[in-house]
Amino acid sequence: MISQHILTITIFFPLVGVVALFFVNSEKSQLIKLVGFLTTVATFAFSLFLYFRFDAAAPGFQFREYAVWIAGLNISYFVGIDGISLLLIVLTTFLTPLALLGTWNSIHKRIREYTMMILLLEIGMVGVFASLDLFLFYIFWEAMLIPMYFIIGIWGGKDRVYAAVKFFLFTLFGSLLMLVAIIALGVYASTLPGGYFTTNVLQLYGVAPRMALTLQTWMFLAFTLSFAIKVPLFPFHTWLPDAHVQAPTAGSVLLAGVLLKMGTYGLIRFSLPLFPHAAFTFVPLLGILAVIGIIYGALVAMVQTDLKKLVAYSSVSHLGFVVLGIFSMTEEGIQGAVIQMINHGLSTGALFLIVGMLYDRAHTRMIADFGGVAKVMPVFSTIFMIVSLSSIGLPGLNGFVGEFLILLGSFKSMFLGTYAYATFAASGVILAAVYLLWAYQRVIFGPVREGGLYGGHTLSDLNMKEVVSLSAILVFIVWIGVYPQTFLSKSGPVAKQLVQGLEFVRSGGQIRTAELPVTNGPSGH
Amino acid sequence: MFSYTPLIVLFPLLGFLFLGLFGSRVKNEKLLGIIGSGSVGLSFLLAASLFATMLGLHPEERKHVVELFMWISAFTGSSSSFSVPVAYQIDQLSVLMTLIVTGVGFLIHVYSIGYMHGDPGYWRFFAYLNLFIFAMLNLVLADNFLLMFLGWEGVGLCSYLLIGFWHDRKFETGGYKPGTAMTGDAAKKAFVVNRIGDFGFLLAMFLIFVHFGSLNFDSVFARAAALSEGNNAMLWIGLLLFLGATGKSAQIPLFVWLPDAMAGPTPVSALIHAATMVTAGVYMVARCSVLYALAPEALQVMAVVGALTALMAATIGLVQNDIKKVLAYSTVSQLGYMFLAMGVAAFSAGIFHVLTHAFFKALLFLGSGAVIHAMHGEQDIQKMGSLKHHMPTTYKTFLIGAIAIAGIPPFAGFFSKDEILWKAFSSEHGSVVLWAIGVIGAALTAFYMFRLVSLTFEGEKRYGADVHPHEAPKTMTIPLIVLAFLSIVGGFLGVPESLFGGNALERWLEPIFAPAYDKLRMSSHPVEITEYLLMVLSVGVAAAGIYAARAIYLRRTDIAERWKTKFATAYKVLLNKYYVDEVYDAAIVTPTVKVSEGFLWKGIDVVVIDGIVDGSARLIATVAQGIRRVQTGIAQQYATVFVGGIFLILMWLILK
Repeated sequence: MISQHILTITIFFPLVGVVALFFVNSEKSQLIKLVGFLTTVATFAFSLFLYFRFDAAAPGFQFREYAVWIAGLNISYFVGIDGISLLLIVLTTFLTPLALLGTWNSIHKRIREYTMMILLLEIGMVGVFASLDLFLFYIFWEAMLIPMYFIIGIWGGKDRVYAAVKFFLFTLFGSLLMLVAIIALGVYASTLPGGYFTTNVLQLYGVAPRMALTLQTWMFLAFTLSFAIKVPLFPFHTWLPDAHVQAPTAGSVLLAGVLLKMGTYGLIRFSLPLFPHAAFTFVPLLGILAVIGIIYGALVAMVQTDLKKLVAYSSVSHLGFVVLGIFSMTEEGIQGAVIQMINHGLSTGALFLIVGMLYDRAHTRMIADFGGVAKVMPVFSTIFMIVSLSSIGLPGLNGFVGEFLILLGSFKSMFLGTYAYATFAASGVILAAVYLLWAYQRVIFGPVREGGLYGGHTLSDLNMKEVVSLSAILVFIVWIGVYPQTFLSKSGPVAKQLVQGLEFVRSGGQIRTAELPVTNGPSGH
Repeated sequence: MFSYTPLIVLFPLLGFLFLGLFGSRVKNEKLLGIIGSGSVGLSFLLAASLFATMLGLHPEERKHVVELFMWISAFTGSSSSFSVPVAYQIDQLSVLMTLIVTGVGFLIHVYSIGYMHGDPGYWRFFAYLNLFIFAMLNLVLADNFLLMFLGWEGVGLCSYLLIGFWHDRKFETGGYKPGTAMTGDAAKKAFVVNRIGDFGFLLAMFLIFVHFGSLNFDSVFARAAALSEGNNAMLWIGLLLFLGATGKSAQIPLFVWLPDAMAGPTPVSALIHAATMVTAGVYMVARCSVLYALAPEALQVMAVVGALTALMAATIGLVQNDIKKVLAYSTVSQLGYMFLAMGVAAFSAGIFHVLTHAFFKALLFLGSGAVIHAMHGEQDIQKMGSLKHHMPTTYKTFLIGAIAIAGIPPFAGFFSKDEILWKAFSSEHGSVVLWAIGVIGAALTAFYMFRLVSLTFEGEKRYGADVHPHEAPKTMTIPLIVLAFLSIVGGFLGVPESLFGGNALERWLEPIFAPAYDKLRMSSHPVEITEYLLMVLSVGVAAAGIYAARAIYLRRTDIAERWKTKFATAYKVLLNKYYVDEVYDAAIVTPTVKVSEGFLWKGIDVVVIDGIVDGSARLIATVAQGIRRVQTGIAQQYATVFVGGIFLILMWLILK
């Protein structure tokens, strides 16, 4: 029973915590935090079960569960994972407890509701990565917006309402277009000979690529715009700095660590395999936007005065790399993109925790308010250094593996067709060092502030909970840097299959499945 | 025996891990120093025993590769896939570099035990030094470009950490941020400027992978050996790799970080910024000699850049007053000679100079450290003088270093520099102009070195009565003596045929460079009379430089003052290092920051994009306000519109 439904259990287990919290007195803040934390740890344990039972050599999606939902429309509760979704799910369940642990004392009001929101958010995040039905995917995608909206709007900073509304509207705008495209896709399936309305992704994989180019283009744009806003790809990124700066630390960690990945995940899972012909025509545009994002994000990050905003803009730069890797449509590029999604989740997640820890102590995030922190917070400074280096892409740490594979892939990509993309993107490697080391230097190096006061407060070094949460991330920062094969081997077969499919279509091949399967169900792959 | 090669790399890593994790809790300086130096010493012993074993083997049997594990592989299965292992290669070239790195490295570690005594960051210092040795060994022992790049970036990181080691101290740049720069600024500058070079290295790796389908040295070079020259891609690979080298080895146009790097503790300057890391670019070019043989134009560029750097840095060195700055520009200049050698396809001469330079420049830096130590942190040679009476050992060893770098036979620098000059003159890829620049540089080198010796150790005492210079402790003087000995005898490894030597080093390295020499169709020249003439000439200019410096700075000090006023403009330009920092700042740094802040952020982001978003939100609100008015709630109005609508539809149907 359990092993058959392990994926569903992983998705919905946080609900157990939410229900339990209803019965906890809202005054007992320690107990609330403990329930929240233990729930997410248990969820992580379930996902580890997935991880170790996953067979990277086997093709297709594993741990599939299928249940008819809306029979007439052939909409189903259909979940399953491949190597890429597996890694992103484990990342999600790994980061959620660390986000709670690392910000143990940061939230002071309505802790119970806050914890519930984080748990609900986790359900949405894991659900998105596990869905194999577009309708189900859409439900999770939208459902996740709501807790995030409240997390920013209630527990955020000074301008939280503006930021929350901006975040909500930006993403909602994109996802409504996607909803239209999902319905159109289902309708298209029903117009085929012997066809019927369906939102089953595996069935659509067989028929969608054969759509006429015009139709395909519109659908590609609808899906891709929605994902591009989420990523966020330049020029749809302006919601991000506001949302990040205003969100409470745990919100920022999950926003950067997981939510942004949904955009890039969507590109890999839907935009490319469903609409390959349209994707080919848009490779130059998306490539250019990605490269602009890399350079633009880095340059704007460089001149920020607020440390949190700096980290937010650095995400624009890093995610530009991921999009470039995806649209290089090479195995190196897509493998690099996947590992870079994980890397960004770890490094930027850790950076937001770090900024949060600094803010909790000094009640300021302005770079100019710091200096000489190395003397008063040595452990903190060391961890901050390693995480910065990981974000800069120092070989031996995780960021390098992703960036290198992405750049190599986009360099040799026949779809991009020119060295220019990789060459310009590689300049981001220089700029990353500029903005992060400059910020690090201004915060950590130099003489200690007069009287050791920062924003009127003295700084104490990290406590045990904080050290544990950051150290857990450091382990993987080093692990992926030294031995990325552990993770690359999970996503490798998926990337290979995707690229082979794209190259096949490119060379004029037709996807084999000419018609929808006669029987409804979780067929095809 | 050769399967132990990875241990050479492992010892310093273990040292780093121990010192980094537990060092702060160890209060015993001696123990920390022993662990730090010991790990490097073990590596040296192992490397030396491997070297001894290699001596007894046939040249073809001297190369060994030990693969540890798969590092990065994009996927599994396909043979054309990108995959790079962590694998170490020991051969004639890498063992030589390993011996330099661990040998000189060990001496500098020992020296640091005395130099860093009492510093609160003692453990951290040794941890960083061990990490540096680890990275540097990866750089020289890697069997593929990617692992070499790991070492390449790793040494850059350690350089960053060690330049900024005393991060709460101010630092005089002599350029940007006058009076306010912190050591952190110098550290960041070093890292970022190096990253510009790394950008070239990265692109070169992509090109190599695209053209050769591998990043492994053996497969790339084997495939390259089968190519013929004149390939455009090879030219780009050569130039991009050289861009990387100009960063790491401080050549025009990326040399600006090295003089600032002197903000770090002096042992760091000796180890990283003189003896080992900065020669990494030379090593890389030597390693890729086959690739360069396919791109002779890239070699030409290298020769010109090297020669110009050698000359430019030497002229700046003439007027600097900071003891370490003089040595820093001297290093830039000497690195220029090494690239001149590489550029004229005298690969083994370049490596020879790497070796001798490691001895005498480490010696000079450590000597300057002893002086700074004795002078309680003073670095201005105008406030020194007459120190030879107080620190005789330092003086004598420093003098040996100075003679060696000036190129007086039979000291080490003479042999290596003379070979470079001769090859610059005689090689098919050299020219009289390159040789002449080299000779002028040699004269300047002798001059500025003996200006330094005279002002620091000789002449009158020019420091206050409160300073009591003293000789350095044994842990510092013993390394000086060892290095001084090596600076005297090191050159005998490469005595040329013309001086009845066997040029042992060139023969040792022969198998490494043979494919490149074949490609370049280099022939060996018989000994000519010209060689002796040029040799005499270069020794002559060196001697003249020494004589002039001693004459001016010891006997006729008024001449220096008069020249300062007579050639005021030239003096100012040199003192300000040709204003390169200022130009970079005005042309690149400031505009980038201004554009990023004023245009990209506050313009495009805030005004344009958010303007559109907020504007469309306002537009919708305005439209909604308008539409809201229609909903009045008055039934008569609705009825009127209703009837009007039916009327319009009817009209349309009739008129259609």
